This record gives sequence, C-alpha cells and structure tokens, in this order.
Amino acid sequence: MKFLKPLAAAAALGLIAPTAVADGHDPLKVGFIYVGPVGDYGWSYQHDQGRLAVEEAFGDKVETTFVESVPEGDSERVIRQMAQSGHDLIFTTSFGYMTPTVRVAQQFPDVKFEHATGYQRSDNVSTYSGKFYEGRWVQGLIAGNMTESDTIGYIASYPIPEVIRGINASYLAAKSVNPDIQFKIVWVYTWFDPGKEADAANTLIEQGADIILQHTDSPAAMTIAEEQGIYAFGQASDMKEFGPNARLSSIIDNWNPYYVARVQAVMDGTWESEDTWGGIDSGMTEIGGFSDKIPFEVRKLAMDATVAIASGRFEPFTGPINKQDGSAWLADGEVADIGTLLGMDFYVEGIEGDIPQ
Amino acid sequence: MDFSALDPLALIVSLIVAATPLVLAAIGELVVEKAGVLNLGVEGMMIIGAVTGFIAGVGTASPVLGFLFAALCGAGVALIFGVLTQVLRSNQVATGLALTLFGLGLAALLGQGYAGIKPPSTERLDLPGLSDLPVIGPLLFSFDWMVYAALLLVAAVWVFLNRTRAGLVLRAVGENHDAAHALGYKVVRIRLIAIAFGGACAGLGGAYLSLVRVPQWSEGMTAGIGWIALAIVVFAAWKPARVILGAWLFGGVTILQLNLQALGVPIPTAYLSMTPYLVTILVLVIMSADRTRAALNAPASLGRVFQPTN
Repeated sequence: MKFLKPLAAAAALGLIAPTAVADGHDPLKVGFIYVGPVGDYGWSYQHDQGRLAVEEAFGDKVETTFVESVPEGDSERVIRQMAQSGHDLIFTTSFGYMTPTVRVAQQFPDVKFEHATGYQRSDNVSTYSGKFYEGRWVQGLIAGNMTESDTIGYIASYPIPEVIRGINASYLAAKSVNPDIQFKIVWVYTWFDPGKEADAANTLIEQGADIILQHTDSPAAMTIAEEQGIYAFGQASDMKEFGPNARLSSIIDNWNPYYVARVQAVMDGTWESEDTWGGIDSGMTEIGGFSDKIPFEVRKLAMDATVAIASGRFEPFTGPINKQDGSAWLADGEVADIGTLLGMDFYVEGIEGDIPQ
Repeated sequence: MDFSALDPLALIVSLIVAATPLVLAAIGELVVEKAGVLNLGVEGMMIIGAVTGFIAGVGTASPVLGFLFAALCGAGVALIFGVLTQVLRSNQVATGLALTLFGLGLAALLGQGYAGIKPPSTERLDLPGLSDLPVIGPLLFSFDWMVYAALLLVAAVWVFLNRTRAGLVLRAVGENHDAAHALGYKVVRIRLIAIAFGGACAGLGGAYLSLVRVPQWSEGMTAGIGWIALAIVVFAAWKPARVILGAWLFGGVTILQLNLQALGVPIPTAYLSMTPYLVTILVLVIMSADRTRAALNAPASLGRVFQPTN
C-alpha cells in the first residue's frame, strides 16, 4: 500500500480533505497505542488480540497499526503522530493517555478516538472499559475461602479509581466469607516491570500472604506464586501457562467484540461518542475457568456469584458499606451510583493503610 | 505498628538477590568506562542476555549453559558497539542509545514463543550444616551460585585493575589514550576487549533476571535497570567495591519500600524510590567539589574519540 503514504502525508499537510481518506475505496486505518509491549501476556497483549480480531473480521477493508510501550507521560506525541498519518479510528489503551487523547482529538475533529478506562469524552472521543471490579468480587470470594494465613497480598499499580475499586471489591467479597481476612497492599507505581512485580510478590509472601492478587500487567507475580507454591489470579489475560498450579482463576479482558463493533460503526457512519462499561454480562470482563484446586463448594459459590452479577441480580457494591474512616457510604440495600464508582478515591472499612497521594 | 512481620534477615537476603543483576551489569560497565569508553547500551545488552540466556537455559535445561550463552551474546552485541565506536569512530553516546533500542527490539523478536515457559532452576548453595546455621546460614550459605559468582567477579575486577600490569594498561588507556598509544599499547584492541567484557557482564545480569529473579521471559523485562547500573558506576566513583555498595543501596531501597508498604507504614514511596538517585547526585556534587579527587576518579578520556596520530 505504498501509494497511501503520499496520500496520508498530503492529508496531514492539509492539502486534501480528510474525507478523501475514508471515501470507501481505501481501507479504514485503525491505530492502537499500548502502554506495555504486546508480548506482556497481560493488559497490552489482550488489546492486541482485539486488534487482530479486527483484522480477521474485516480483512482488506482495514489497515491496522500499533505502537507499543508508549509511556503515559510521552503519549501525546505518539497520538498526534497517529492522527496526522491518516488514521480514521485510534484506540488509546491506558488510563494515563486520557488528557493527551482529548487534547489531540480537539485538533483532529474528523478522526475518531476511543480511550480505554478514562472518563473524559468529547464529540470524537468515546470511552470504554470493563467492570473489572465484578471479577474482583469473584476473586475475593475464592481468596477469602482458600487462604490459610488469612492474609491476601495485593500488588497495586497506581492509586487511580479503577485500581482502588478492585481492591475494595475483592476485600468486601473476601470479608463476607472470612471475617478475619487481612489485605496487605503494595503500590509499585508501574504497569509493567516484571522485576519489581516479582519483588513485590516475594515481599508479600515473606510477610505471610498465601494468595496474591495483582493489578499490574505482567505475569511475574504468577510465576513467583508458582515457584513458592502459593496461589494467584491471572490479570487481564488468563496466565495459566505461567502458573499451572498457582492460578485459581483469572479476569480476562475481552475487547474483541467491542473493537470489531466500533470499527464497523465507523465504516457504517454510525459511530458516535459514547461510554461503554462492559461487565461480566457483556463478556468484556470474562472470568477465566476455575482451577480444580478450589474445593467444590467454593467453586459453586464463585460460579453462583458470577451468574448473579451477570444477570444483574447482584451488584458488588451494595450496602451496608462504610468508608475506611467509619463514616457511612451506602445504607443497607443501597447500590453505589456510577459516579462514585468511577471516581472512587477511598478504601472501605476494614482495609488497613492509606491510599498514597 | 506491628513490625514483627518484618524479618530483617529475609529483607537482606532478598535485597542481595534483587541487587545481583545490578552488580553484574555495573561491574562490566565500570571496566568499560575505566578503559575510557562510555557505553550507554547497558539496557540493550542486558535484555539480549535475558532472552538468549533464557532460550539457552530452556533449550539445554542447564542454567549454567544459559548464563554462558547470555554472556557470549551480550559480548557479541557489545562488539557491534565496539566496532562502530572504536573502528568507525561513531559518537559513543548516540551509538550506545542505539544499542539499547536495537537490543530491546531484537530481544522481543528472539523471545517470541518463549513466554509462559519455566526455565530450569538455578541451584542454590546447600552445605550440610553450614546452610542450616541460624542467621549465618541464610545470610551467607544459601544463595544461588550466581550471587557468589557476581561478588567474586567484583573482587577479580578489583585485583585486575589495581594489582596487575594488564589492569594498569587498561587504566592508562582510559586516562590518556594518546599517551598509551605513544607507548605502543593497542588502544583500540584493549578497548574492544573491555567493551566485550562489559557486554558479557550485562548479559549475565540480564540472564539473572530471566533465569532466577523473575524467572520468566517477557518482553521489555529489564524495565530500565540498565540505566540504574550506569548510575551505580558513577555513584561508585569507578571503584569496584563501591559498586556492590551502590547496587545494594539501589536494590535495598526497592525491597525496603515494598516491605514497609506491605507492613502498612505510611511512607511516601515516591521519596524512597528517588533516594538512590538523590544520593547519586549528591555523590557527584561532592566529587566535583573536590577537583583533585574528581580528577583521580573519573577516567580522563571517558567518552572521547581516539584518533591515532602515529
């Protein structure tokens, strides 16, 4: 497709109207920006699976490109570059890309943007994310039942609402089945650093944790759990091959149907800025198969919870729930509103320690 | 605050393990810089070592062969840098940066298909009696053999640089390459050997990461520790023994802050994480404040291009 290059360059220079790029004859150009390498076998890997699903679904009608390992602080340059080079639809797949995405989108009103896990939208910026906390609830149920030391280790990345939501949901679930449960939380301030993630896992194990939950992108913690003979959960991707004995279950981010649908919408001219938050029901948040290390009753409990959440009969953040300082958050039977969930910046009652500022 | 969960012994043991890749990479770079060459490609050489060591370790089921192959490949990519900067006289800073980018890309390519595989485990020292001693046992006699090898390597480098004629020649090349050349020493050849040694050490450091510390292969897994190794060389004021100190400090701060967090100590982790860098800057300031000592420490020809004048 060499002839496209001068065309794209010309479009970037404003010599021709951008509509010429998407006139129905040229393939639709779809770009993806990842925070980690596509080979992280976690978060970025799953997004790239979505990109491949788009290629498979549309064949010649799309042309996809991706840029991997883009630091959040330096992403604006990359996003602008992508917009300038004639992409029609751009997926930016990390929380920290939010402001840069919105800023670049203002300058390229004809390009459609899709930002994962953020909350800022505009006419040409949609947001989408999975309700990962629903999966965290299921993990919490399993972990609370299976821990022998009553200590769960949690490797957290950055103190943003999505991560805090996951901690709270899994804690509440674990607490509901095990009143003695204790969470040890370590913030590593990175999405992807296998060495540091492994150190964090080792630290938590040394301090008594016998099950590890992680909110980072590499399978390092799973590998350590396997080595040390304790349990862990796959994060973003299934990670079974990294911990055949250690892995109890996983949260799998399945972006494929969403990416295909959004590309289709651009092709049909029906794309509109919207917010998608896909839970277990939509399949965007998938619960990976349960290990047979989990006793039958616990597996049944987890399965029932999964079904209840998927059918809408149960919502993890249902009162009575107090905040960490003891003040009331949700009254008995009250369900958290979406605004509070999206901006969650507090621990629930019972979790020790402070959220770093 | 309940500190009973904090086992100082476990803390020290894990910091020594965490610091080993840094010790290896930094001692290699120290020799390179002592020869007057600044190779900023440590990160790239480490990741090449990580992936090739992993591939060889898995392929042969022998961690020893894995480490050897990693050292070989690390030296190999370092020699690309060596030929470019020493023979073709390209800019060392730019070439070193290019080496890092090249290494990250090549490693990703080589490592495809190696995710999710478990490497053979590296043997730990297990001396009946000695390893079971309280305190001293875990502290001295229970690491994997690579930890001891790294420390021995540092000692060997110290002896080489300070007690052998070859070490003296290498330092002379790093201090004043024109004078060394005038004396008839082969500046380029000596530097190439030093560069290859540095690459081999970085390769070992990388392999330690993928074979022992994590242990798995994932793309980009060095995640910046090559740059920390470079900082440690400066922190150590180009002295081998201080490389160990620097690596333990950098490694120790990481481990300590993770432990304190797990204990629930409300410390601002951002400050702890920046401590080693602050110390490095402080050391640089102190060193440069005393001009005579600074001159003694940094190799005078560091980073300068050598043009033989005959």
